[in-house]
Amino acid sequence: MSREQRLAEVFIELADTLVDNYDVIDLLHTLCERSVELLQADAAGLILADQRSELHVMASTSEEAKLLELFVLQADEGPCLDCYSTGEQVVNIDLDEVEARWPRFHAATAAVGFRSTHAIPLRLRGQVLGVLNLFCSDRVTLSDSDVALGQALCDIATVGLLQERTVRRGEVLAEQLQSALNTRILIEQAKGVLSERSRISVDDAFGLMRAHARRNHLQLGVVAAGLIDGTITAATLTAGP
Amino acid sequence: MASLRVRQILLEVLAIDQPDPPGLDGDTVWRRLCASVTLSVPVSGAGVALMTAAGHGGTLAVTEGPAEVMENLQRTLGEGPCLTAFHDRRPVLEHDLARAGQRWPGFAPAATASGIAAIFAFPLQIGAIRLGVLDLYRDTAGPLDSLQLAEALDYAAAATTILLDLQHEQPTDGLQSQLSDALDNHRVIHQATGIISVQASVGIDEALLLLRARAYADGRPLHELGQDVVARTVTFHPEDDHHE
Repeated sequence: MSREQRLAEVFIELADTLVDNYDVIDLLHTLCERSVELLQADAAGLILADQRSELHVMASTSEEAKLLELFVLQADEGPCLDCYSTGEQVVNIDLDEVEARWPRFHAATAAVGFRSTHAIPLRLRGQVLGVLNLFCSDRVTLSDSDVALGQALCDIATVGLLQERTVRRGEVLAEQLQSALNTRILIEQAKGVLSERSRISVDDAFGLMRAHARRNHLQLGVVAAGLIDGTITAATLTAGP
Repeated sequence: MASLRVRQILLEVLAIDQPDPPGLDGDTVWRRLCASVTLSVPVSGAGVALMTAAGHGGTLAVTEGPAEVMENLQRTLGEGPCLTAFHDRRPVLEHDLARAGQRWPGFAPAATASGIAAIFAFPLQIGAIRLGVLDLYRDTAGPLDSLQLAEALDYAAAATTILLDLQHEQPTDGLQSQLSDALDNHRVIHQATGIISVQASVGIDEALLLLRARAYADGRPLHELGQDVVARTVTFHPEDDHHE
């Protein structure tokens, strides 16, 4: 399949996602996965800022602790923080050259074996909502059209976050953001419940929850709440389709 | 990471920054919180409602005047921003209540008649742990700006912490040393909470308290103990709890 065909397919997939009762967190996960695929990266995370400008990882291609730590420590330094503060794309960063600029970030990326990174903003009318952060095991240089593609994926994430059709003075956006942040906590609690009940890792638990949600057209938050209050049993998820 | 501002609010409301902190009862704490939030956020009044699966579970505290009407109306009518916020697990920011008649056909006109023009309701929750709602109202219409909203959200976070402890009769004077931990938002803590709820066969709220109590007893940061729970090097099965 040509890159153009694959691109068209991804955008149709995303457009299809953005209907009716779609799931914001699942959408953000899909965007991370597709951005890794289309922009020759190996890992991605989508980070949102709350009302106090604290950054929260909402979705990532892997739940591996070392990757998550890379996002977390960028609360203090790194391309993510720069991208968030300036609202500008910070791309094609060669990680071999950032030791002096971001010492802790450099050490952490070197430990995981990443060679380059990109950070692309989620923007809405001059406000920066968050950042898509990509990591590559090779030294990857994105072309202008790659960067434009990455920005288009971020713009879809922004639209997805708005959810409601009209945003009155940012109020709905704030409601939506708080809702997504709480759903993220709910999902973590449910991952714990499922992993203990089924004797699987918390990462595997998330995969099962997501598959179950998609199969049954349920929101991830609904599946998570069901696992915690017992209305959805662990066996239902582990049994598969 | 815990917001510094939430910590400040807790210190103020629980009066534990005083040299000789008074033993506070729940009523006093909630009255102080409601009074404090109306000074820090430009609203006319505030109320804290306890919520249960069945709906409005009673008012913990309200400022004088329309705030009481706001809580009573929602309780009797079974509708209103506080119930919507609880049900949808998200804040409800209604800056012009007069135009919200379709959303709450009983509540909106009655509340407007008693002088409430805008209402901002914040669920007191940590994931699946849902405890109550902080309701703020103003006698003039118009939205909160982003800083005011951030401040209101920090009051909601502080109220959540207090409510979780008071619900389970944790003494508030023990809160001080646990303050920073209580607000730690690392994802392993939430995963550990879920794991503990299964191991100890308790509700998710009690599981979080068990985790916090053990971290406090062992003098360890909450997220560090959370990591051990996720790695299963620490368990909370009732039979192997040697901590009592």
